Amino acid sequence: MTAVIRSELSEPPGSVAGVPDPDALIKASGLTKRFGDFTAVDGIDFELRRGEAFGFLGPNGAGKSSTMRMIGCVSPPTGGELTILGMDPVTQGPAIRARLGVVPQEDTLDAELTVRENLLIYGRYFGLPRPVIAERTARLLDFVQLSERADDHVEPLSGGMKRRLTIARSLINEPEILILDEPTTGLDPQARHVVWDRLFRLKQQGVTLILTTHYMDEAEQLCDRLVVMDGGRIAAEGSPRELIETYSSREVLELRFAVAEHDLAAAKLAHAPAERIEVLADRVLLYVEDGDAVLDEVRGLGLEPLTSLVRRSTLEDVFLRLTGRRLEDG
Amino acid sequence: MTAAGAAGRPVPGATVPGPAVPGAAVPGVAGPWAMASRAFYAWLVNYRRTWRGSIYSTVLSPVLYLGAMGLGLGTLVDKHGTAGLGGVSYLAFLAPGLLAASAMQTAVGESMYPVYTAVKWQHTYQAAAATPVRPGDLFRGHLMFTTMRLTMASTVFLAIMAAFGAVRSGWVLAALPVAVLTGLAFAAPLDAFAVTQEKNDQAFNVIFRFGMIPLFLFSGTFFPITQLPAWIRPVAYITPLWHGVALCRSLSLGTADVVGALGHIAYLVAVAALGLYAGQRTYRRRLHV
Repeated sequence: MTAVIRSELSEPPGSVAGVPDPDALIKASGLTKRFGDFTAVDGIDFELRRGEAFGFLGPNGAGKSSTMRMIGCVSPPTGGELTILGMDPVTQGPAIRARLGVVPQEDTLDAELTVRENLLIYGRYFGLPRPVIAERTARLLDFVQLSERADDHVEPLSGGMKRRLTIARSLINEPEILILDEPTTGLDPQARHVVWDRLFRLKQQGVTLILTTHYMDEAEQLCDRLVVMDGGRIAAEGSPRELIETYSSREVLELRFAVAEHDLAAAKLAHAPAERIEVLADRVLLYVEDGDAVLDEVRGLGLEPLTSLVRRSTLEDVFLRLTGRRLEDG
Repeated sequence: MTAAGAAGRPVPGATVPGPAVPGAAVPGVAGPWAMASRAFYAWLVNYRRTWRGSIYSTVLSPVLYLGAMGLGLGTLVDKHGTAGLGGVSYLAFLAPGLLAASAMQTAVGESMYPVYTAVKWQHTYQAAAATPVRPGDLFRGHLMFTTMRLTMASTVFLAIMAAFGAVRSGWVLAALPVAVLTGLAFAAPLDAFAVTQEKNDQAFNVIFRFGMIPLFLFSGTFFPITQLPAWIRPVAYITPLWHGVALCRSLSLGTADVVGALGHIAYLVAVAALGLYAGQRTYRRRLHV
């Protein structure tokens, strides 16, 4: 397929991952956002490098969206330092925004206009000449598979189509950084996979992505590097693999016991050879190096679970360990 | 293969395209009115879709009002003597007042709900705020569109006025910008207010019922405010509509004097300018939080 973003932006990152990059696209240190007495973002540090896909993972209210809004230059930081594309978002907001693409959490399309008209007025906001907008519109609608709906109104489009249109709209100015705030929240599984596929293609083309999500599979699929946010702070940072290695074990053994035996079994398992044990209401999770070996040992303790499952650790295990299991996050 | 491969890997150590040189033109960023005109364009694209609906208020409403009140009621009024109206027919008295009052109505219609819809229901303002366009540009862009609508509606009104034979002086042409200015004296403060509404649209109903309707009826449009009790007349003097009505009428009747006209204009400009100042702030506070 052809590149959606112009070729010069599609160059692979000029720096090797892991090496501090003097040309970081975004640098934040001690970045803080307060609303009255409430601190939404509590002094976070991070760097975004050219060409990477960087994720902010966290439960609702962790401060992800506030961070995105500060990066998008629509929310002045209350404290700390923030540099975007080498510029100050407070004094050079328009110049920075001219080089960003933003996919907001909620749909902000003009429902009474057609798909094409939405891209037209958005392109005009960037001061693009109409022929340029027309040419990019054709290319972008093809990319998000909406060419056939170009002259239809936005209102009757499905949630997935609207989200894809929003992605197309965010690319009209050929941005250097694409900011996505929970890009697939509220979409059904099919629509979500289509969006992931498109975002993955953008990533393949070298577009720098910065996204928030509370879907672990989304973070694992799309992000080269991510931070886990909780309560306005960064709880951990690294690649998905690094985070799993640091905060979880290689495998997880999930055991389910009869309700009557659950508590007793949990007590006995306290001595099982696991790096960490988590007792949930209905299951016991053992974080281990070799699940099958530990399952044998559990049986050796005289315990017979109703069901047992050995699986690889996922980002979800990291996430739940770092941010806790709270009902409101469900 | 993507174009990424074709472009080739940059030489290690080569400079990555960095920030723009200070002072150089930044792509996508322009002067305040060029930026505002981008927002104006968005309203134009929307209007392409809705202009048919505005025909009623623009064309039919003046015809109905001038016909029913000016001609119908006017015949009755004129029989009882027109000394209280300054010696002109009721139609000639009423028409320029209605010109200003309908400009107010157009301004109210273009300001409150369209702004509220953009910021609250459709979030199109939030979408635009993510582009180089600043909140103040969005505000002024909308005022540009309102100015266009006011000019269209007032021009049509003037033509219908002339067709009804309700014009007494060529100075009536100067009533066109005055009507537009009267509208802006409402549109700017109401835009500034509408964008601050977060929870619901209740305040707009209050403004309609207890603001616009009394103004429409008691600002000298339908009868001279000398008919009002003396104690309430100062209230009329501080409303922008009375100044618009008084000036449009004196221009249409050819009785305007320079000092009075400048006074009315100064007042209307002052109110519009206050609204302009307020809107720059309220738009920024709402969209850049």
